[in-house]
Amino acid sequence: MNLRPPLLEVSSITKTFGGVTALSEVSFAIEPGEIVAIIGENGAGKSTLAKVMSGVHSPDSGFVTVDGSRCEFRNSAEAAEYGISRIPQELELCDSMTVEENLLLGREPLKSMGRLDFPECLKMTRSALEMVDLKIDPHQLVGDLGHGQRQLIAIARALHTSARLLILDEPTATLSPLETQVLLHRLIEMKKSGSAIVMITHRLAEVEEIADRVIVLRDGENVGSLEGKEIQRDAMIRCMVGRDLSPIEPEVSEFGDPRLIVRELMTQDHPEAVSLQVRSGERVAIAGLVGSGRSELLEAIFGLRPRSGHVSVDQCDLSRAGVKESVRAGLALIPEERSSQGLALQRSVSENASLPGLFREAGRFGTLDRHAGAAVAQKIVKELDVRPPRTDIPASDLSGGNQQKIVIGKWLDLNPAVVLLDEPTRGVDVGAREEIHKRIRDLSFSGKSVLFASSEMEEVLSLSHRIIVLSEGKMMGTLVSAETTEEEIMALATGGEIHE
Amino acid sequence: MNKIKGIFAVLLAVMIITAFISPAFLTSYNIENLLRRSALFGILGIGVSFVIMTGGIDLSLGSLVCLVGCLTPWLIIDVGIPAPWVLSGLLLLSLGLGLLHGVLVTKLRLQPFLVTLCGLFIYRGVTRGILSDQTVGFGTSGTVLKSLGNGRIPVTDTFGLPIPLIILVLVALGAGFLLRRTLWGRHLIAIGSNETAARHCGIEVDRVKMGAYAICALLTGIAGLLIVLDTGTAQPSNFGNFYELYAIAAAVLGGCSLRGGEGTVIGVLIGATLVQVLRNAIVLIDGIPEASEFAVIGAVIMIAVITDEVMRRRSGKNKLA
Repeated sequence: MNLRPPLLEVSSITKTFGGVTALSEVSFAIEPGEIVAIIGENGAGKSTLAKVMSGVHSPDSGFVTVDGSRCEFRNSAEAAEYGISRIPQELELCDSMTVEENLLLGREPLKSMGRLDFPECLKMTRSALEMVDLKIDPHQLVGDLGHGQRQLIAIARALHTSARLLILDEPTATLSPLETQVLLHRLIEMKKSGSAIVMITHRLAEVEEIADRVIVLRDGENVGSLEGKEIQRDAMIRCMVGRDLSPIEPEVSEFGDPRLIVRELMTQDHPEAVSLQVRSGERVAIAGLVGSGRSELLEAIFGLRPRSGHVSVDQCDLSRAGVKESVRAGLALIPEERSSQGLALQRSVSENASLPGLFREAGRFGTLDRHAGAAVAQKIVKELDVRPPRTDIPASDLSGGNQQKIVIGKWLDLNPAVVLLDEPTRGVDVGAREEIHKRIRDLSFSGKSVLFASSEMEEVLSLSHRIIVLSEGKMMGTLVSAETTEEEIMALATGGEIHE
Repeated sequence: MNKIKGIFAVLLAVMIITAFISPAFLTSYNIENLLRRSALFGILGIGVSFVIMTGGIDLSLGSLVCLVGCLTPWLIIDVGIPAPWVLSGLLLLSLGLGLLHGVLVTKLRLQPFLVTLCGLFIYRGVTRGILSDQTVGFGTSGTVLKSLGNGRIPVTDTFGLPIPLIILVLVALGAGFLLRRTLWGRHLIAIGSNETAARHCGIEVDRVKMGAYAICALLTGIAGLLIVLDTGTAQPSNFGNFYELYAIAAAVLGGCSLRGGEGTVIGVLIGATLVQVLRNAIVLIDGIPEASEFAVIGAVIMIAVITDEVMRRRSGKNKLA
């Protein structure tokens, strides 16, 4: 019998935001040397729980204990003093500063009179980088690093501030499969050396791989806890959505004429010519590692990047077209970063949802009715089941998954012929993901062409008919989804050959 | 660093071209004068760059120069308060006003642009009100005091190092030390780079920011004093007009990003010098009407900003998201 109090325990935590209950009576505990995964649908309260544990939010009722004594953190710095460190989804790093400056921020070693102790700075930096086994120049700017390295910098920072409990909010959402493996491997090593890790994630395969225990949240409530052998995909999904997801019906694929034709497309960044076609009713995936030029290819097709070559949609030549012409010809691009590329967060759901199609409602001199776009917004909110179903609140008040629904909805409302999607389900939970996948399938069933880029192999394989693999902007090959495997895709993506 | 090299190259180019066209440019009298002006505006530029590095802005600087510059001769000559009291009092007042800007920006969460825009109106209005728009000056008195602004350390028969230049060197060394060698400086840059991250690292964001506004106003006060000691007279309605824009221009040319988190003291000094050399060149070169000064400075800044952006796109093209 273990009589030692747990490292951290949350007891009956309740937290509401402006009348909306984000967490309701949530309790759980974590011990040193344990990896706990928190899973749940969008808006289930996962991030809020992480913020309460790390002192960003204080709970309305309930309390947090560390080593058995009750703590009331006023901010995250106070939580850090107890060894609790949260690494948010949007990494909090200073891009214009160096690796060393970032690692030591807020705890720089000093000589007298507030002067920095540079030799000691370097020493601390080295030891911090060693903790995550990252070999990198301490004087490199953090803004120049890739996602995976930035993530490791954030973790090194936390560990080196003697964090005993790391709370990671979607750490792998922006990582390539390889970077993900590196990170998961590190986490397991940290666990072995006695750290406790709480990880919020949507990727159930990762949970199966590393979690000792799983806490499932639904609508702010702790609806289940799985341990050891219980941690299985089906069980987790059942618990998260409260029902079994309907299996995907096998589809009969019949493709029509090509709707999107791209020939010899070249951009300044990727001077390798890319040619592809997507037929009516077809879904094509673009796979590749981070930096392989997936997003860049979609943006070039859409007209966001300067390009040469030929692009046409339904025989309409768009080779010299900009975004405006592309949109009117029936192209839509649903971008990767919903907060920076997809939404004007401070503006209302209504304004956001109606923006791309607003030109249809404009008067002769570009005048708009006071209620312009309201009907469109209402329709999107209803059709995509946005929760809460309101159009007058700022988009920033919605959870990530619901924001994504607005981004997708606003484009689909234009009834595009060809839909380009960049990471359609990044940072979105299983329930919303199924829903988005279903939408995308429906699009192709109605005769549209779908071209999407994804870093998730599972999504690439299950959602597409064909897969185009990119490596450093170059087309490495095209695979038929039903006949290929993850290994084959990875082999092409890493530039290798397929050995039969 | 590339930015600094680039702007330094521009500075050299402008100087060489001007020297070729106008023989008056390289005379010791002109150089000494140019150094004096550059020093005074360098102090202002360094001041405002502290605020800019936090991602803020200070528009009140020209009016604060007016307040300090006009009240100094008035209090000493017309009112008859001893100079040491006046100087220390006005510098304390500057510091206090800067702190007030800082408090309004951090505690009341007002936007820096608005806070200091109000300052721009208020300080000039107050000065003009107190003095009823009358020109004030030292006349023939206060020679010793005035040497702080117009004094020189003779080097040759015709050339001397202006005292303000010495003061600028001290200010620049102090500022560089603060920014690069102290905790406070590093935190200042971190705040400008990513305020949320800084806050979550336990940095006292509000305090550091207030410090930046206070330093900016204090340096502005010092510059205001030196400028009036140099000119000898001040007219409340135009003394220090547009100086905030010269200072911001110096900071931006010198590599400060208006988004914050970037900038160096040496860059700001080069930027301040470039602005003064341009003003000087416009006066010396016959073909350019003096009245078009602003157009030339505006065009140079525009070209610098465009070049910087183009260079960044080129170098960033291989960097993938």
